[in-house]
Amino acid sequence: MSTETTTAKVAKKEKEALFSAKRMKLITDPLNDNNPVTVQVLGICSALAITVQVKPSLFMFGGVLFVVTLGNVIVSLIRNLIPSRVRIIAQLVIVAALVIIVDLLLKAYAYDMSKQLSVFVGLIITNCIVMGRLEAFAMGNKWWPSLLDGVGNALGYGILLVLVASVREIFGSGTWLGFQVIPQAVYDMGYVNNGLMILPPMALIVVGLIIWIQRAKNTKLIEAN
Amino acid sequence: MNRESNAYIILFSAVMVIVVGVSLALIAQVTKPNFIKNQRLEKMQNILSSVNIQVSPSEAEAAYEKYITGSVVYKMDGTLVEGVDAFEQVDLAKELKKPDSQQYFPLYECTKEDGKYFIIPMRGKGLWDAIWGYVAIKEDAVTVAGAVFDHKGETPGLGAEIAKTPFQEQFPSKKIVDATGTFTGIEVAKAGKHPAGYEHGVDGISGGTITSNGVNDMLMKYLKAFRNYIEKNNVLQPVIQEPVIEELAVDSLATDSTTVIAE
Repeated sequence: MSTETTTAKVAKKEKEALFSAKRMKLITDPLNDNNPVTVQVLGICSALAITVQVKPSLFMFGGVLFVVTLGNVIVSLIRNLIPSRVRIIAQLVIVAALVIIVDLLLKAYAYDMSKQLSVFVGLIITNCIVMGRLEAFAMGNKWWPSLLDGVGNALGYGILLVLVASVREIFGSGTWLGFQVIPQAVYDMGYVNNGLMILPPMALIVVGLIIWIQRAKNTKLIEAN
Repeated sequence: MNRESNAYIILFSAVMVIVVGVSLALIAQVTKPNFIKNQRLEKMQNILSSVNIQVSPSEAEAAYEKYITGSVVYKMDGTLVEGVDAFEQVDLAKELKKPDSQQYFPLYECTKEDGKYFIIPMRGKGLWDAIWGYVAIKEDAVTVAGAVFDHKGETPGLGAEIAKTPFQEQFPSKKIVDATGTFTGIEVAKAGKHPAGYEHGVDGISGGTITSNGVNDMLMKYLKAFRNYIEKNNVLQPVIQEPVIEELAVDSLATDSTTVIAE
């Protein structure tokens, strides 16, 4: 049980309720106070790459939710069998296998969706949030808290993706989830879509702005000095 | 067993790799038939959508049987290739690896309520990966009836726009041959290069120049091969399944009529 001492706040009590306040924090923390993207600054690469439009962001969120949750559960179940010297490799194999499963299932049962996502599915492997949660949480906790932690972090990631993608799609293409939101009348008056929004640098700037706003509002995140 | 011993690590890795490998192989096997079926249906859907027949994947097979009345395979210079089935045996991705002169070009003939159409499948290179499309040409073998394009991994919002309506709706009623009978193809150029109403070109995607150029090269090559086929085989009344026999029939008819006149 030595591995459990590092982050195991939750696993100690045997008879804890399934959704106790402590456990709910596993889900709610990553949404704001400990958001994987804006606070831990993980998974930035994919947040830049796939947030041109809202729809791929939603699919990406679904894929990450599946991989990080199931990965957390599997790693947590076999955590006492994994030799610590090869644990990263073991985690990587599990993540890669799950990502391939997502890809195969999409191709067979949701072909249209799989075409939309194309390379993005494979990119889930490189998402630091997945490996980060396996290493930091699932290696030291039981499967149920690990599952909640996976769901929470995927949600925190998904919310940010959708936020960034909304800003970029609305100002870059005038649409949201494919629907026209900026009326034609505005274009007739001389309004033009901002082409910079579609390019990667703007994603970085939007993420930066969101971090700024979040830090201004959330006093817990303001550093002491 | 000591979890940090080399023997345990090797054993653990071996078991893990076998378990993961076997389960992935199983899932791949289980999903493969569905995947292949999806690809076939998608191909049928794409062929049909170029002549503006929109069907759901479940209806694609029946609609394909109903509307696609013939197919033919030819080479770049227009010579026919016998005994090759366009739908089942020609994979454009594999054809592209051959030199141009040896590539096979499939062509479908579609009979709709409002006339016959030629459907030209095509494939080329975008910025990141393959792009492909289907262009439908009217019975006159000159006027474009419709075009659909798709891609494997072009940038969303930029090159990927070739798969969207605003780009594709420029194609209907464009002409691939000018008034003097010279081949022009359809040029995909920077917006504003062509005067309004220009018949032989469309506007490319701003910010997607390399993808647009890819579409341009692809169109030129496949449309040229199509025109070569039309001119070489005199297919103006297209019975494209057996064009050789058709020619023979015309010849014998011609000799018949001369004999009639002689008598």
